[in-house]
Amino acid sequence: MGLLAELTYRCPLHCPYCSNPVTVPDTAELALPEWLRVLEQARQLGVLQLHLSGGEPLIRPDLAVLVTRARELGFYVNLVTSGVGLDESRARELADAGIDHVQLSLQDADRAAGDNTAGARVFDRKMTAAAVITALGLPLTINVVLHRTNIGHIAAIADLAAALAADRLELAHTQYYGWALLNRSALLPTPEQVVAAEQAVARARALHGGTMEIVYVVADYYEPYPKPCMHGWGRRHIIIAPDGRALPCPAAAQIVGLGIDNVTERSLGEIWYLSPSFTRFRGDEWMSEPCRSCPRKAIDFGGCRCQAFALTGDAARADPICQLSPDHHLIDSAVSSATPRSLRFRSNPASS
Amino acid sequence: MTAALSLGDRPQLRRGVRVSTDPLSQAPILLFPEGVLFLNETAAAVIRHCDGSRTVAHMVQAIDEIYDGVAVGDVLSLVADLVAQRLMVVDRG
Repeated sequence: MGLLAELTYRCPLHCPYCSNPVTVPDTAELALPEWLRVLEQARQLGVLQLHLSGGEPLIRPDLAVLVTRARELGFYVNLVTSGVGLDESRARELADAGIDHVQLSLQDADRAAGDNTAGARVFDRKMTAAAVITALGLPLTINVVLHRTNIGHIAAIADLAAALAADRLELAHTQYYGWALLNRSALLPTPEQVVAAEQAVARARALHGGTMEIVYVVADYYEPYPKPCMHGWGRRHIIIAPDGRALPCPAAAQIVGLGIDNVTERSLGEIWYLSPSFTRFRGDEWMSEPCRSCPRKAIDFGGCRCQAFALTGDAARADPICQLSPDHHLIDSAVSSATPRSLRFRSNPASS
Repeated sequence: MTAALSLGDRPQLRRGVRVSTDPLSQAPILLFPEGVLFLNETAAAVIRHCDGSRTVAHMVQAIDEIYDGVAVGDVLSLVADLVAQRLMVVDRG
């Protein structure tokens, strides 16, 4: 099992595909003692992987304390960062605390394009962060979210990741939640771009595959069947939002009436087994047709509940991505009406 | 892409991959970015011997002293499997 700890919604970047909620609640971030308690409860539940994310987790000055405790408890600790704030002394502090692996986001293959998408001058700082990470001997994954603007640059992105001595490169198509859904029309690539991207990935693997693993996460809008979202609802993953809400999926907070619980009020174990938010879509009892009688339900679990809710207003319907879904026309029309247009950059909560 | 393993090869876990214990079952596991592999005791013993300095031949000998009847073929196929999953790297002998 994995726990994604969203330590803060604050972030120095303004990426228009951010999956954080467009409107973040005006609630306080969990304090360190609360996070430490959550980690202990997560370990008792059998969680093995801890992903420290956000927002930008480096904004939390107590990050190294969390990492130290997480390693004492036995977690595999993964830092998901923009790299902004990861200078040599901070990286050394985190490496000493026991970080196992760093995922560094990159927006594009060069400074101008990257900074343009990030809405901030951060490309050079990312280059520094990558150098610092690898110099400390920490394994590095470069994460790139693909969209209409950068999808044609896969070869150059892979060359850059290899030059940065990345162990892994993750090329993941935009998932349309939060800001990304707001900007969907401008972010969706054309079907021709998707085909070209698959060919570019194959060439990049042939070129760099010996030294760098290249993970390609497909564009679900162009697939006939939905993704096995979170490997099934409430099966393998817990997300803790900055204010302590426990979610089965990062986008689940948007589902109205889900009955979300907070780790400041109930233990994580209680939430995992008993909270309606986790039990509501666990298993397949909740399914209606076409999922209920579909042999693929064991493969994709009916797809993504949050996507079904965002696009149809009903989280219990089949994911509209599925070609068997009665709502699939929503996907077809989104793809056919996608046009280059200006992006709305993510605005950030005030720093506290 | 990679040639078959030989007895003189020296395997070790890739950077970012480590052996740990599942807190619920106490089973040995392999932890790595975005993944977990549950191991049986013999596989865990083999992996613990993969330190980048010992050859496959040395490992088989060492493990055979703990677990009777370890087959060279089994060790080779485990290591090859982990190399294919990019969890292990091999220094060619």
